[in-house]
Amino acid sequence: MRKTECLAMILAGGQGSRLGALTKKIAKPAVPFGGKYRIIDFPLSNCANSGIDKVGVLTQYRPLELHNYLASGSAWDLDQKNGGIFILPPYAREKGADWYQGTADAIYQNLNFIDLADPEYVLILSGDHIYTMDYSWMLEAHKMNKAEATIGVIEVPWEEAPRFGIMNTDKTGRIEEFEEKPAKPKSNLASMGIYVFNKNFLKKYLEEDAKDETSSHDFGKNIIPKMLKDKARLYSYAFEGYWKDVGTIESLWQANMDLLQDQPPFDLKGEKKIYSSNESMPPHYIGPDAKVKNSMISEGSMVLGEVENSVIFPGVRIGKGVKVTNSVIMPSTVIRDGAVVDYAILAQNCEVAAGAKVTGQLGAITVVAEGETVEAEASGKQAG
Amino acid sequence: MKDVMGIINLQEDNKLIRELTDKRAVESMPFAGRYRLIDFTLSSMVNSGILNVGVMLPDKPRSVLDHLRSGKDWDLARRHDGLFYLPSPSEEESIRKGDLKNFYHNLDFFEHSSQKYVLLTSGSFVYNVDFSQMLRFHQNTSADITMVYYTAKEEQPGRNVVLETAENGLVTDMAEKPAIYDDSKVAMNVYLIEKRIFVELVRYTYEHGGQDLLMDGIIRRANEYNIYACEHDGYVAHVDSTSAYYKANMDLLQPEVWEELFMGSNSIYTKGKDEVPVQYKETAKVKNSLIANGCVIRGEVENSILFRGVTVGKGVKIKNSIIMQKCDIQDDSLVENVICDKNVVISKEKWLKGANNYPLIITKNVVI
Repeated sequence: MRKTECLAMILAGGQGSRLGALTKKIAKPAVPFGGKYRIIDFPLSNCANSGIDKVGVLTQYRPLELHNYLASGSAWDLDQKNGGIFILPPYAREKGADWYQGTADAIYQNLNFIDLADPEYVLILSGDHIYTMDYSWMLEAHKMNKAEATIGVIEVPWEEAPRFGIMNTDKTGRIEEFEEKPAKPKSNLASMGIYVFNKNFLKKYLEEDAKDETSSHDFGKNIIPKMLKDKARLYSYAFEGYWKDVGTIESLWQANMDLLQDQPPFDLKGEKKIYSSNESMPPHYIGPDAKVKNSMISEGSMVLGEVENSVIFPGVRIGKGVKVTNSVIMPSTVIRDGAVVDYAILAQNCEVAAGAKVTGQLGAITVVAEGETVEAEASGKQAG
Repeated sequence: MKDVMGIINLQEDNKLIRELTDKRAVESMPFAGRYRLIDFTLSSMVNSGILNVGVMLPDKPRSVLDHLRSGKDWDLARRHDGLFYLPSPSEEESIRKGDLKNFYHNLDFFEHSSQKYVLLTSGSFVYNVDFSQMLRFHQNTSADITMVYYTAKEEQPGRNVVLETAENGLVTDMAEKPAIYDDSKVAMNVYLIEKRIFVELVRYTYEHGGQDLLMDGIIRRANEYNIYACEHDGYVAHVDSTSAYYKANMDLLQPEVWEELFMGSNSIYTKGKDEVPVQYKETAKVKNSLIANGCVIRGEVENSILFRGVTVGKGVKIKNSIIMQKCDIQDDSLVENVICDKNVVISKEKWLKGANNYPLIITKNVVI
């Protein structure tokens, strides 16, 4: 492998258990978002747009669909002779096999891959956030600060700060203290779960951590606090812009709805394109009696009924007399004539029978799991 | 089908469609919101299992090359075989007219390919055909040449080759007619020929003064060959004039045609563009239309086709129109019976209206 300056490692093995029915069959990074994308498109497109051409994707939970989606990486221009995408599931060794025990352990188990790529810096990303960011600026800041580690941070509202890992920094941005979910936060700079490490520095800490049986092998809980304790040069890199954790049903729904504002806080049509791997589908068809308002609709869909305040993914069928409002309808789902869908997320390949009702409410979004059918008589609330 | 090589002839005479083909070959005309015409025959070949495709480049090849590139979007960027470009010979090499000289000058490509059969198609037809059935038909009838036709349902002007066939598919007559009538069997410019016979046909005809493969090579020598034809009963459109282009686009507003061409088991592939899903804003009103990704709609759209990345302002009314890629239709304009080529800007409060049976054409990059 050709030597690379900065290797990206995307942690994509999480189950995303708070997404409930949506992650029964697929890993969280493979969950559809924004009318045609999957969550992992965002860090991958950011890599492609930041000039990072070597990306390891660590998978573990229900990886089949994710592996299938990533394929050769060509959708993100990551099918390259000297680099590209490397899919890294856990593997067996001569003395048995280990699952990834935590974020740090996942990277530790792939240290030989990192050695093979031989980068100066390792960029660690998670596959759960919606944002666009040019990582090359963060890398520049890391070099200028002569840092050993740099952590991406974002200002969050003070009242929400107790939900995050909070960084307390000095005037130069050097991190003095890290508090995981503090009751009385001293700052509102939350960790985004984005780290740049000097490779050898990272390797040393991962190897030490692996030997520590009391550790839960997590960057936020173990590695970063240990580095701070050793007075290592840890800096923060402040990110300004839209950044959303879509780890829960409500936040996933809200992030989709954010896209529908007249001037959306997060513009998918921004300067840097978001790439995704999609089947070839025709432009969508809007029927003679259809009404579409304040919505996003993607290719291959057919809309004969009404759609308002909703996000419609590719290949969706919306029959005559259907009313879809305040909802997210994922790929290839069929909603038959006269059905009503309100405040709901319908996963892929679902079917809503003619005249059936799927309704939730703000704060209690109804979810229909992948491949399920909602019959007319069983209408009403589904398990959220 | 791995024993069949595909050839797409992009040498169509395009005088009837001048305004839109001034800078591009008819086969690379944008179509159906996100495709180019050539996508239909090329995808049909790939879906039928053909792995080796030669494209006979037209005189203005840039838009074709820019569209097909390595062939990756059709799975034709391959280690062996895949997509090949066959350029036309320079003028010094041949002053003769017609497409036959291009085949003749590229005979090397045919001879060096490992396949036994040649499937020759034209890039100006809209269809989604499984050619593997045609190969079975060809082998069963022991034909030298197998053609494909469709049965016309209405009278239409335009030069077309009309066939007469016996019950078993044997072609008993074949002639170029100035118009087609109800029930005419119209050739779809698809030929399946054993390579050995094809090479002989091209070489002999060219060396004996022929210019046009169809007229001089096949029609004039029809009695020397066993020619059969099979019927395609799905959707077909031959885009050979502006009105045919307009009509074929509008045909896609029939959900049955849209389903048959695009949503069956065989997809039509095209160059990917990574556009975002369509954004319908508060004031949008869209009826009976095809809308491609990347559009932002604030106005009214009816019976129309919007290509990728079109912006429709507030108070705009678009009706019975085809609006190509990246056009910007600004607030309070009215656009009816119009074909806007790529990157057209229609500034605020402009009224543009074509006739019902003849659309107004706005050429590429124009600002009104």
